[in-house]
Amino acid sequence: MITFDDVVKVYPGGSTAVDHLTVELPTGKLTALVGPSGCGKTTSLRMINRMVNPTSGRVLIDGQDVSQQDEAKLRRGIGYVIQSAGLFPHRTVLDNVATVPVLVGKTRREARTAALELLDRVGLSPEFAKRYPAQLSGGQQQRVGVARALAADPPIMLMDEPFSAVDPVVRGQLHAEFLRLQNDLGKTIAMVTHDIDEAIKLGDKVAVFRQGGILAQFGTPQELLEKPADDFVAEFVGRDRGLRSLSFDSAASLPVQPVSSQPDLELDDAGRPVRWRSAGDLGGVFTASDSLRVVTDLAISSPVGIAVRVDEQGKADGVVRHHDLVDHLLERRR
Amino acid sequence: MNFSYLFDPEHWELGVPGGFPQLILSHLGYSALGLLLGVIIALPVGLYIGHTGRGSFLAINAGNAGRSLPTLGLLMLMVTLLGLGLLPVLIALTVLVVPPILTSTYAGMRAVDHGVVDAAKGMGMRPLQVLFRVEFPMALPVIMGGFRSAALQVIATATVAASVGLGGLGRLLIDGLAVNDYSRVLAGAVVVAVLAVALDLILALVQRWVVSPGLSGRRVRRATAAT
Amino acid sequence: MIQYLQNNYEVVLTALQQHVWLALLPVLLGFAIALPVGYLAVRFTWLYHPLVNVCGVLYSIPSLALFVFLPVLLGTKVLSPINIVVALTIYTVALLARTVADGLRSVDPLITQAATAMGYRRFGRLINVELPVALPVILAGLRVATVANISLVSVGALIGVGGLGQLFTRGFQLFYLEPILVGIILSVLLAGIADLVIVLIQRAVTPWARFQRGGAA
Repeated sequence: MITFDDVVKVYPGGSTAVDHLTVELPTGKLTALVGPSGCGKTTSLRMINRMVNPTSGRVLIDGQDVSQQDEAKLRRGIGYVIQSAGLFPHRTVLDNVATVPVLVGKTRREARTAALELLDRVGLSPEFAKRYPAQLSGGQQQRVGVARALAADPPIMLMDEPFSAVDPVVRGQLHAEFLRLQNDLGKTIAMVTHDIDEAIKLGDKVAVFRQGGILAQFGTPQELLEKPADDFVAEFVGRDRGLRSLSFDSAASLPVQPVSSQPDLELDDAGRPVRWRSAGDLGGVFTASDSLRVVTDLAISSPVGIAVRVDEQGKADGVVRHHDLVDHLLERRR
Repeated sequence: MNFSYLFDPEHWELGVPGGFPQLILSHLGYSALGLLLGVIIALPVGLYIGHTGRGSFLAINAGNAGRSLPTLGLLMLMVTLLGLGLLPVLIALTVLVVPPILTSTYAGMRAVDHGVVDAAKGMGMRPLQVLFRVEFPMALPVIMGGFRSAALQVIATATVAASVGLGGLGRLLIDGLAVNDYSRVLAGAVVVAVLAVALDLILALVQRWVVSPGLSGRRVRRATAAT
Repeated sequence: MIQYLQNNYEVVLTALQQHVWLALLPVLLGFAIALPVGYLAVRFTWLYHPLVNVCGVLYSIPSLALFVFLPVLLGTKVLSPINIVVALTIYTVALLARTVADGLRSVDPLITQAATAMGYRRFGRLINVELPVALPVILAGLRVATVANISLVSVGALIGVGGLGQLFTRGFQLFYLEPILVGIILSVLLAGIADLVIVLIQRAVTPWARFQRGGAA
């Protein structure tokens, strides 16, 4: 657990970067720090590994005040990933990843063997090991950056805009891979981003900062979307937050009508839905494990205004109409 | 250290042959002539190569070749070939200043953001307008850098030119050494050093004046953005 | 010219030898001094601009003036090669200290930050990250300094110590073209070879630089 205890950072010019921040980032979870530029999110992140020291207040890791620890040793135990990866251009990919293990006293050979495994883990084939960072694409560099941060198997990782230097398509891939990785590893992660969508997508918890280094809201993504603390957060989260918050609701509790109520739905011999007899294309189906957002999308885009649910075998086992969905949402809000 | 020669007021009187004012004037005269010839030759060639990209091999290697040419050797070669006089010295000076001006002009032109040139063409500028209104002003900081190093080189070489019988401040060094008059040598060394430094300073001011403030970009330190 | 070389190869060889060490010793000395000086100007940022200015002033002093001024300052004999070595060392430092500082400053702050965050201490970071990354810039400066030194040595002939420059003065006094041509050719060749050697060293120690954008090593 990373604890900020009434932390203030005032820069020499007199500008306040972080204003009385008190927050706890839970162990094993990813906490996204998000906000407009100049809101103190990066400063807060950098106080965790003492790249910045607080003017007052304390930062604790598992109850230990970081200011009492040797800077270099502290940092070697915390993974760090930054925008465009910050890879060392003069070292091969393999030696970049091996950096911290070598620093903490592993032999070069050991460190390289471990580094090779890590490359595989972040989805880079061994042929990249001997290359230099300049020979990689942005997405590949970012993968190496993550591998490098993981190399010493630190319990904590700090990530500063880790995915902002790559194009949206690659970013989507990296997000997916990263979530999978974090599922396996369960690191305590603090990640700075200016992109609220990224924060909501990746964060277990989200801390929204406003200008002047003030924490505007701290909560789960769903809390942020459904109950923004104030106008600033509501504005920052965006207009379509109602629709987006549906991503966090399961369709399991959604009542469905029996398939037999819709003779217009054509089924094959195995009971799988094929098409609407009157309107054609089905447009897709959902299962009980999908989110309400998927169901809503299907209902809206369906030519007859009906979303079809299937079971694990793909057999149609229910239908949901526009107004059933709206009724359910109204019910849920109560 | 004996500064008697330097501070003897007689040596500072105007119009006295061998006095400081006359030596400084002739020194600056040779230097200016050499620079002028150098600019006349190197600038158009550099602009042409930079604008068209043709013959870049020449421009890139001129700098290295120029640096490795021994000044004294070139000077003495010219005089041995053509006899004593101003012409061989001028040729040597010109040969020495062409490379730095040529290379810097080319480098400056190449460094101009391609997008800006594209935009200029897109706005309907003719090739010469692109060259003189966009490329040249943008290349000017680098070109001025090359011109300044050429100026320093020419001042230094004009000093050496006294060894082949020319006037200028080098006379004090060469003649002083010849007759073991160290006060005179010291005076020559001091005056020529001050002249070189002063000239570089003036050219730095000129550069500040002719280069658009939008380009000189008084080195803004990259702020470690506190977000 | 062949004839001249056959008759005078001992004189030429001695001049060449002297030229080599008069030019290269200052390169080594200057490099050794410039590294810490350049580093200090990065470490203490207020030092940078004074350093640039002082280097600019030193570099603008004409070589002949420095050659004849140094004996007065150092108390050495006019004919002592120490004057040449000291003068060229000054030029080398003036050129390289700034290059070292600029090279270190040009290291992407993200890279430095990453190194710090990974737990490098100041000295380890300098040796393992900042210097290696700045090396292409520094070595480019070393090439310039080396070539400039080699051509400057000959001016020393005017005060009696000038390696191949002595072939120039000799030829000039005798109004005889051959020694001058031989001197120029050898001097240029020497500069070319020294330059090439540094380029080869650079390729060997910075294999990564070839892949950098625009960084044709």
